[in-house]
Amino acid sequence: MVLSGADKNNVKGLFAKIGGHAEEYGAETLERMFAAYPQTKTYFPHFDLGKGSAQVKGHGKKVAAALVEAANHIDDIAGALSKLSDLHAQKLRVDPVNFKLLGQCFLVVVASHNPALLTPEVHASLDKFLCAVGTVLTAKYR
Amino acid sequence: MVHWSAEEKQLISSVWGKVNVEECGAEALARLLIVYPWTQRFFDNFGNLSSPTAIVGNPKVRAHGKKVLTSFGDAIKNLENLKATYSKLSELHCDKLHVDPENFRLLGDILIIVLAAHFGKDFTPSCQATWQKLVGVVAHALAHKYH
Repeated sequence: MVLSGADKNNVKGLFAKIGGHAEEYGAETLERMFAAYPQTKTYFPHFDLGKGSAQVKGHGKKVAAALVEAANHIDDIAGALSKLSDLHAQKLRVDPVNFKLLGQCFLVVVASHNPALLTPEVHASLDKFLCAVGTVLTAKYR
Repeated sequence: MVHWSAEEKQLISSVWGKVNVEECGAEALARLLIVYPWTQRFFDNFGNLSSPTAIVGNPKVRAHGKKVLTSFGDAIKNLENLKATYSKLSELHCDKLHVDPENFRLLGDILIIVLAAHFGKDFTPSCQATWQKLVGVVAHALAHKYH
């Protein structure tokens, strides 16, 4: 699956418009993921996952920053996320199925905050982008 | 059998009560065909699906989207008895339509995004969680008679 020029523009444009809200969206994405897919909580036994958790906010910020970084280097997502890819392969080993769940929740967050931005075309591009990120992060698993 | 708490039933009916089934169904199906273009394989006779604009404006897509979401409404009326409610539809999708059940999951996820866009902040994490459960259970019921 390849990101077309139009996909890249759609994704860059979306992240530009989201701007400073990215961190907040990251936290809400995690909150929604833990609520809708409780099995994802198994990766965070060391976290307080209660409402308003500072740890979830902090982690959401990291997740969002990685997505922003990938969008800013959209021609070379593998390069931009290489260290994160190593981390997921060697240390975190989050089962690949979970990246789709995170992606779904990120899409829901974007849709709920910016319905007008998430046109069908942008939706398609963002979905592809999130798949690409998941693929990169699991690329070195075996 | 799936158990639904009082809160879950409330979250389902309060959202469903405000859904325009025709608009929402049309949008969900159009987005399915746009975001996951391989799903177009089931709709060779729908005419022009050559671009997102064509898909969104296609009257057959709109009509079929409405049909699909109307059927979803049946699920909501029969939460305690989904497998029975969808028994014939399940057989139809397997034996006549030959639809991979993965497509039910894809459509369910798209529906959630359409609801989120429509309801904004009101589509809270609990709301989403309940509806993800619902679309999952509907997909499972639709796949149940596959052989």
